[in-house]
Amino acid sequence: MTAAAATAETRRALPAARRFRDWWSNPWGKPRFLVFFTLVYLVWSIVPILIAIRFSFNEGRSRSTAQGWSFRWYTEDPDLSVLHDPDLSAALLQSLRLAALAVAITVPLGVALAIGLTRWRGRAASTSRFVSLVPLVTPEIVMGVALLLVFVHVLSFIPLGTPAQAIGHVTFSLAFVLIIVRSRLLSIGPEYEEAAQDLGASPLQALRLALLPLLTPAIVASAIIVFAISMDDFVVSAFLSSGTTTDTVPVRIYSTGRTSPTPALNALATVTLAITLVIAALAFGLWRFVRAARGQTGSAIEEFARVETDPTR
Amino acid sequence: MAKPERRLGGRRREALWAALALPGIVWLALFFVVPFYVILGVAFGTVDPTFQTPRPTWNPLDWNTQAFDFVIDGLVSRGGVFRHVFLRTLVYVAISVVLSLAIAYPVAYFVARFGGRWKGLLLLGLIAPFFISYLMRMLAWINLLQDDGWVNDVLLWIGILDAPRNWLDGRASSVILGMVYGYVPFMILPLYAFLDRIDRSLLDAARDLGASPLQAFRLVTLPLSVPAILAGCVIIALPMFGDYYTPDLLSGSPKTSLVGNQINLYIRGGQQIPVGAALVIVLMLLLAFLLAYYVFATARAQRRLSG
Repeated sequence: MTAAAATAETRRALPAARRFRDWWSNPWGKPRFLVFFTLVYLVWSIVPILIAIRFSFNEGRSRSTAQGWSFRWYTEDPDLSVLHDPDLSAALLQSLRLAALAVAITVPLGVALAIGLTRWRGRAASTSRFVSLVPLVTPEIVMGVALLLVFVHVLSFIPLGTPAQAIGHVTFSLAFVLIIVRSRLLSIGPEYEEAAQDLGASPLQALRLALLPLLTPAIVASAIIVFAISMDDFVVSAFLSSGTTTDTVPVRIYSTGRTSPTPALNALATVTLAITLVIAALAFGLWRFVRAARGQTGSAIEEFARVETDPTR
Repeated sequence: MAKPERRLGGRRREALWAALALPGIVWLALFFVVPFYVILGVAFGTVDPTFQTPRPTWNPLDWNTQAFDFVIDGLVSRGGVFRHVFLRTLVYVAISVVLSLAIAYPVAYFVARFGGRWKGLLLLGLIAPFFISYLMRMLAWINLLQDDGWVNDVLLWIGILDAPRNWLDGRASSVILGMVYGYVPFMILPLYAFLDRIDRSLLDAARDLGASPLQAFRLVTLPLSVPAILAGCVIIALPMFGDYYTPDLLSGSPKTSLVGNQINLYIRGGQQIPVGAALVIVLMLLLAFLLAYYVFATARAQRRLSG
């Protein structure tokens, strides 16, 4: 009691600056510095994007000062808006086309690869596991140069443009699917397939009926990730593009970012961002819906899987 | 962990697993492994005298080292062309990684330790940049750093600057700002994932033994997170080494040209593609060295923790 009173006494005697310092950096109190730091970081990370979005609604041609509000650079301008400038709308379509192709090819390929490499115990499996992860540590420029040279000098029957770009996107996103699905597989363990087989299922049936439903969350997650990194990709799309008709949105931003005279580029980036977010949200919502529609069994199985694979059991 | 004994039809199952993995393995062999050999073939190949297009040499016995000699000469000779570029790349990447760590660690630490009921919202803020294209995030900074942009407006208003400054005419500070802004989210998430898993009872034990919160952090949390810090640094350093679009967009001047810019120039400029391929190989060797050091440093940190 007396100690507390003494502390209060000293505190009152302290000068304001010292009191502020104690309040600010008291190691036993709330980490106020960290709160402040994190908030500043979040503002710094998000506000520039919001400002870029705001300029896309400019009425004037400036991309650096606020000039009224309009949809001029989205739809209204007859020549320069995203809707009416053929280069801009083509870039958006190309980005979406490549992302759709990447998801459609990478997810089945990657899920099969992950199941195969996780369960298969041959010596070739460990080598393959290693090789499949190398793309993750390969800078994109290395992969871009490698693919460009291979399509020009060896596999020259694959033309640059959409086919080459799609192959590039699949190649660098495969490792992400592998990692996501593999970690889920390792946490599920082989027991379910073995149980299914004990009950008379063939290996393939066990895979389809026992394993795939359990993998759904990982499959949906990897589809979202593949879509997002394909939309985000710049280097591989740029190296394998065959000209302005196959430029994606990031390539367009790169080639006209410094010279573009109007906010139409900001509008293009904003539309792309909105589409990416909506598709990611839809995929997430769909997954929640499917899980809810399956009812209690679905979540019970997951619960069971979690308990079964709990390392502390 | 003991594996259950092979069941009936074990061989058939092994065949099924191999068959499932096969398409992916073939894909990676064709589009990932073979292309690396093609880089070698082009780098050690010749150039068609009339069309100036590269003619790859596939047989290592016939390899021509002209392009390599040019790159090595540019690296080792005094005032060589590539020497400055490689040094500049190393310095930019080192500064950007250190700054990123200085930002990423406190943020990840705060969200993991003190996020509380705001954790979901905070995580959303940390994940958001992943869904915004890197190039769009650079575009945002081009807008802000223009002569009449908001950065100049704010600096003039505060009184730091007397006249608007051209931030986009070849300044190292703009390029480094862009790289830190672009890559820091990729460092925060792995750090967060790691710090979130640290066993709180270790911290409680440290506190019970009389450590202040700062001491507990310094003596427990920080040493434990060394492997995660190393991993986060490597995760962002690797793409930074291949970056050419950040300097192109935020400076566009040869004064900030990086290794990636040189590779892009030689490969897509058309005249000396073998030189570009040789530069890619030199960059890969540098990164392989970096990764080897990372593996070594992580193993050392783990050893220190366990013994």
